[in-house]
Amino acid sequence: MRITCPHCGDRDSREFSYKGHALALERPAPDAGAEAWDDYVHLRENPAGETRDLWHHHFGCGAWLVVTRNTLTHDVLGCELASEARR
Amino acid sequence: MRFSGLRVLKEGLTGNKGWRPHWRDPAPKPEYDLVIIGGGGHGLSTAYYLARDHGLTNVAVLERGYIGGGNIGRNTTIVRANYFLQGNSEFYSHSLKLWEGLEEDLNYNVMHSQRGILNLFHSDGQRDAAARRGNMMLSQGDDAILLGREELRAKVPFLNFDDQRFPLYGALYHPRGGTARHDAVAWGYARGADSRGVDLIQNCEVTGIDVENGRVTGVQTVRGPIRAKKVAMVAAGRSSQVAAMAGMRLPIESHILQAFVTEGLKPVIDHVITFGMGHFYISQSDKGGLVFGGDLDFYASYAARGNLPKVEHVMEAGMALMPMIGKARVLRSWGGIMDMSPDGSPIIDRTHIDGLYVNCGWNYGGFKAVPASGNVFAHLLATDQYHPAATRFRLDRFRTGRGILDEEGTGSQHNLH
Repeated sequence: MRITCPHCGDRDSREFSYKGHALALERPAPDAGAEAWDDYVHLRENPAGETRDLWHHHFGCGAWLVVTRNTLTHDVLGCELASEARR
Repeated sequence: MRFSGLRVLKEGLTGNKGWRPHWRDPAPKPEYDLVIIGGGGHGLSTAYYLARDHGLTNVAVLERGYIGGGNIGRNTTIVRANYFLQGNSEFYSHSLKLWEGLEEDLNYNVMHSQRGILNLFHSDGQRDAAARRGNMMLSQGDDAILLGREELRAKVPFLNFDDQRFPLYGALYHPRGGTARHDAVAWGYARGADSRGVDLIQNCEVTGIDVENGRVTGVQTVRGPIRAKKVAMVAAGRSSQVAAMAGMRLPIESHILQAFVTEGLKPVIDHVITFGMGHFYISQSDKGGLVFGGDLDFYASYAARGNLPKVEHVMEAGMALMPMIGKARVLRSWGGIMDMSPDGSPIIDRTHIDGLYVNCGWNYGGFKAVPASGNVFAHLLATDQYHPAATRFRLDRFRTGRGILDEEGTGSQHNLH
């Protein structure tokens, strides 16, 4: 599996560490309530197919990235900076 | 059909013409008292104990593929009761006791082999942690022996005792732990459930769960609708997709765990050996293959195959621990789809929908749990009460924060357990 980092180009997946679903970017407000926080921290759609997840270019530029990926085939379909995906 | 030594002898002398299929292949009926979604180890054992302990036989097990074709047919077959936390320890202790009587109970040879498990440690701090875990296992009523370096060497002299990074200080020895033949466990439970009247329906993918006024009424399948008073979701590996049919999101992320088998060798490894610091564990099957594996690939996946960096890591760890392994040739590898829960412990509970129950989140520890999981889940399905050995596997523990069972203390991220 190879991931194309917007800063560094096409790189081996072992340069990256995995955080989880890109849901992590949608942090609820501190007072959003237990249900919203449970949803954010624990519950997952967990798709068998296309997903967006958060990777850290640990042994590269250090950027947080949102990678679009197929969980059934391991195809990497796209990659953008988390700072831009967030807007 | 009962199995016995005499029967094997008789069949051998008469051309093996008397053997019959171990279970029927029925078409689904329009209605059952209870439908189990998933014909893996946990679904089959649930069906078996529903029939054996609660007399419930108007039950169907719906399997998308074939019986024994999922993770129950592809795992590293380790059976143990060496958990630390209350909540887990009584459950796995219950499971090990069921394992110890399983072959007589099922009249089926599941090749349960209590060859002992050795959990290695490499420092004074790790020795203290192993002693503490061992004491918890003893207080649960199970067995644990703390081995020093020379006692360990007497058992497994082929390990690399002088590794510079992870010198061997000893091991926590769990003599009643061991392995079992995974396929035979599925087949034995399938045969036991079928012979008591449960319908095992293969090639029957569930495509919808019917809910009316907050109560489950049945399922839609590729072989037509089936009405049911209760529905049990036991589809670890695909739990999220099944639960989504009932409009639920589970605290589950699916990850991939790889394992490997070498060519058959003469007996060289008598125990199950775990090298936690290298994320490596190994045993030898009765057929002679070395069966070993490592940690997750760490990214969400349903591909049922992993990537090369983890293969390299596992091989390196194996070589570091037991250099002799380098002479063995790997025959095959595979990747299993793991239901990873946020605390590394399973979920066996009701849902907010009346009559709908869930059994999921087995992480990479589902195989040893097969007997107890079915046993306690059958108890919950039949009586609506939690079995005393499984009172803490609650679905709502993540939302409330009460009763989190984080055995390794690694936090709420799904892939860290």
